[in-house]
Amino acid sequence: MTNSLLWTPLVFGLLGLVVPRRLAGWWATLGTAATLGLAIALLVGFDSGAAGLQDTVDVNWIPGLGVDYSLGVDGLNLFLIALTTVLWTAGTAFAAFREQERPHLFFLMMLLGETATLGAFLAQDLLLFVLFFDLMLVPFYFLFGAWGSDREDGPTAAAATLKMIVYTLIGSLLMLVAAIATAIIAADGGQISFSIAELAQQPLGEGSQRWIFWFFAAAFLVKMPAFLLHGWMPDAYRAAPLPVLAVFSGVLAKVGAYGFLRVVLPLFPDATVEFQEVVLVIALASILYGSVMAFTQTNVRLVAGYSSVAQLGFITAGIFALSADGADGAVLQMVNHGLVVAPLLVIVAILAERSGTEDLTKMGGMAMRAPVLAALFLIVTLATLAMPGSANFVGEFYILNGLFDSKIVFAFVAISGVAMSAYYALRLYQRTMHNRRPDGIESREIGWRDGIVLVPLVLCILGLALYPQLILSRTDKSVARSVAATAGGRLGGPPKTQARTKGESPLPCASGDACSVFWEAPPAAPSRRGSSQ
Amino acid sequence: MNFHAPHIDYAALSPVLALTVGLCVALLTAVFKPLRRTAPALTLVTLATTAGLLIWQWGDATELVSGALRLDDFAISISLIAILTAAFAVLLSIREPAAGQVGSGEYHALLLGSVLGMVLLAQAQNLVSFFVAIETLSIPLYILCAADMRRERSLESGLKYLIVGSLGSATLLYGMAFLYGGSGSTGFAGIAEGIASGPSNDALILVGIGLTAVGLAFKTSVAPFHQWTPDVYEGAPTPITAFMAVATKAAAFAVFVRFFLVALNVEASEWQPALAVLAAISIVVGNVGALRQDSLKRMLGFSGIAQAGYILGGLVVASEAGVNALVFYLAGYAFMNLAAFAVIVARERETSYGDDIRAVQGLGAERPQLAWPLTISMLGLAGLPATVGFIGKLYLIEALVEGDYTWLAVFIAVGTMISLAYYLRVVAAMWMRPEGEAAGAAPAIAGASPEADPVDPEAGRRIYLVAPALLAAAAVVFFGVIPQPLVEFAEHAGASLVGFH
Repeated sequence: MTNSLLWTPLVFGLLGLVVPRRLAGWWATLGTAATLGLAIALLVGFDSGAAGLQDTVDVNWIPGLGVDYSLGVDGLNLFLIALTTVLWTAGTAFAAFREQERPHLFFLMMLLGETATLGAFLAQDLLLFVLFFDLMLVPFYFLFGAWGSDREDGPTAAAATLKMIVYTLIGSLLMLVAAIATAIIAADGGQISFSIAELAQQPLGEGSQRWIFWFFAAAFLVKMPAFLLHGWMPDAYRAAPLPVLAVFSGVLAKVGAYGFLRVVLPLFPDATVEFQEVVLVIALASILYGSVMAFTQTNVRLVAGYSSVAQLGFITAGIFALSADGADGAVLQMVNHGLVVAPLLVIVAILAERSGTEDLTKMGGMAMRAPVLAALFLIVTLATLAMPGSANFVGEFYILNGLFDSKIVFAFVAISGVAMSAYYALRLYQRTMHNRRPDGIESREIGWRDGIVLVPLVLCILGLALYPQLILSRTDKSVARSVAATAGGRLGGPPKTQARTKGESPLPCASGDACSVFWEAPPAAPSRRGSSQ
Repeated sequence: MNFHAPHIDYAALSPVLALTVGLCVALLTAVFKPLRRTAPALTLVTLATTAGLLIWQWGDATELVSGALRLDDFAISISLIAILTAAFAVLLSIREPAAGQVGSGEYHALLLGSVLGMVLLAQAQNLVSFFVAIETLSIPLYILCAADMRRERSLESGLKYLIVGSLGSATLLYGMAFLYGGSGSTGFAGIAEGIASGPSNDALILVGIGLTAVGLAFKTSVAPFHQWTPDVYEGAPTPITAFMAVATKAAAFAVFVRFFLVALNVEASEWQPALAVLAAISIVVGNVGALRQDSLKRMLGFSGIAQAGYILGGLVVASEAGVNALVFYLAGYAFMNLAAFAVIVARERETSYGDDIRAVQGLGAERPQLAWPLTISMLGLAGLPATVGFIGKLYLIEALVEGDYTWLAVFIAVGTMISLAYYLRVVAAMWMRPEGEAAGAAPAIAGASPEADPVDPEAGRRIYLVAPALLAAAAVVFFGVIPQPLVEFAEHAGASLVGFH
């Protein structure tokens, strides 16, 4: 199952090379849809009661080097896989509706990108993870560079893409060294194994954990991107073709956050605890910087880009709260953010086609004759700003809850991020949809083609808003395991937060049943705090 | 007085004999006019025969010529890499102007002579056979570099290579003299015994090690003894550049490994840090030097210097894992470079830009059958996943970390990162819009390019250029996805070396 899920996109991509030109896009969409089907089957068959890996594949790949081809699904990656397949289907369909230059190559790269991303999520062997993590760059290098747009006053698409690749590979290559060092130190002269589960059994000494932690963190923080490491983002975002950017922004950034949960927390628990506050500072800086930049940008892509920086900051903060709540919220928020940023960028693409500009100051009044578009956009906007009632609200609530538990000062700063997100999200909506309509800009309803892409994404947002427990109940156990590793190493007394057991959710009615009106009851201050201390 | 007739192991000598016979026959074709066109075919047959005989000997380890040579899996694996490269060079030389100028028979005989030197060098186990082999390898190359006699750059390249190569050989020979003086033996095993039984840190030995290391660094183009590389690579006829870049490097590394791990293993703790520093310098110099090169051959020259630094890492750790990684990387490096050079040869002949990066601009749309191999080769050299380059780096880094040279592994990572800038520049030129100047300005005035008019406007479709390029690129991807066969090949090679633990 996991095997076919992983390779279906690539197989479709390669077969697509012999499909007639005008069908290439549809063939690719079919491939992504098939993958989506497999992912849904995986989701349905998932046993939410088990904490361990399911649907595992484990084959000796390079016995000489101790590398295994091992895949598996658990609560950590299940929904990220689903998110990947959903967004790829939408992005590919959106691209297929439009004329592409050299369509064969474009869609091959698109599908290669999906396989690589799924590989990174599925891999249970540290080296396989690094391999797929690096492989993701290759298709996006081509997609950004060859189909991107050059800027008159800035770098060409090729140059912007090169910058992105160099930035991200700095981290990735150091991560390769770190991964090998981890396995060799853990093997201690014996048979080398890169299996993440096995490595987690034998934590390294604190000295090695320290530098290895930063090598991994560098790779993940660049990918997100986090504050100070985001230098590649503005140019790359402006160069990228929008359907590609939608999947890139929606999924790839999450691989970094996922890496923390999958690799860093279980494998380097001592270093994680030691550097918790450093990473939290970076995360908060990302929230503040990303939000402030998102206020001031006039390019719509950059508003989306910087808002992603802020959102990923939130997710990082959730993970480094090192509590089950925070991490639960982080996983939920990863999916949420993917689901809002992708339709946001699709809408941006639609608006840009209509107005011929991506400059906020030159847009406006689009809602006039396009109520459906405006409604869809409004839903996305409200989800972005984590309106109570949206799944994003639940995610942010969990994150803040976890953070309050462990680092209350950081939580207060993080809260300001919630407020700021309202400002930039509403500003984006207002400036484009309302205001005076400049001359030469046509307000037109979206056609069925764009609707097919957009409506299902918005339905996903609504669905999750009604039933966030879909994700939470399945991720809970795996996340708790991941976080529990760090609990033992915490200095200064017993761990403040235990892995939460079922039924002790901070939300009064999030105990597993459908609970569509939980926001009406004011969330009681985490009731279990007393019980855990 | 008893006289024992020496026992001659013809079976184990058969590859060398086959090469020698082939060499003579190829040379003779130059004399008989009707046979002149058969030289390339004869050379290919000779190479195939030799390869077959070598594979026949796979798995055995035989001492030859009273211990002067040793045919083991390590020697065979390196020889096979050299022979494969030579076969590619023969294909790339079809219609090469240089081959026409010196005469096809002579050209191919020289090429075979160089291969003979390499096969011997990979087996050398004695200072004398070592030196003779390295000269057998080098002297034909001096001539081949200058083979394109109507081009000043080619002559310059040959002369430069001759002078620098002689300097390297002289340094090597001087170092050998010291080692012989210090240990009292010319055989590698004898040297090891001599060093072990002599006083520790004998100045003679240390000077000898230093000088031989420098001599070998010249041959493998390890910085700071690399200055000749870009010039020679750029000036030499491109098929010869390809041959030098891969085969010479493989053979020189073979003897580097055998000499240092068999003869000088006792002193490993002395030379390990020194070689590690050389490797680090090479990685930096090569990668930084390649950044602003417009000539693809120069770029690959500098990239070769950096790659030599990576490969040297396999020797630095002085472990079996290191040797395995080194052999694996050399094999992968061969495929990656051959794919690139095949494309460069094709573009050199069909455009008027020579080996300038402009020659590959827009190649993705114009000639995908050439653009793909070059793309794969560049991604492989940059060490991206799903290519043999990634697995090779993984192998090397694993050996380095295991051998407590993690800092050198970090150097490889950082070097790789720098290298992306120039490898991806080539990829960008092929698939993306040109940087800087407007897209329409491409075909400049003919006089502005150093090369004359295109030799063969259809070169991009010639099967003898496209097939090698595609084949090598396919190998890069194949061994990137299914590396196990090549890993086992390298493990056999590493296991067969005697003398280190």
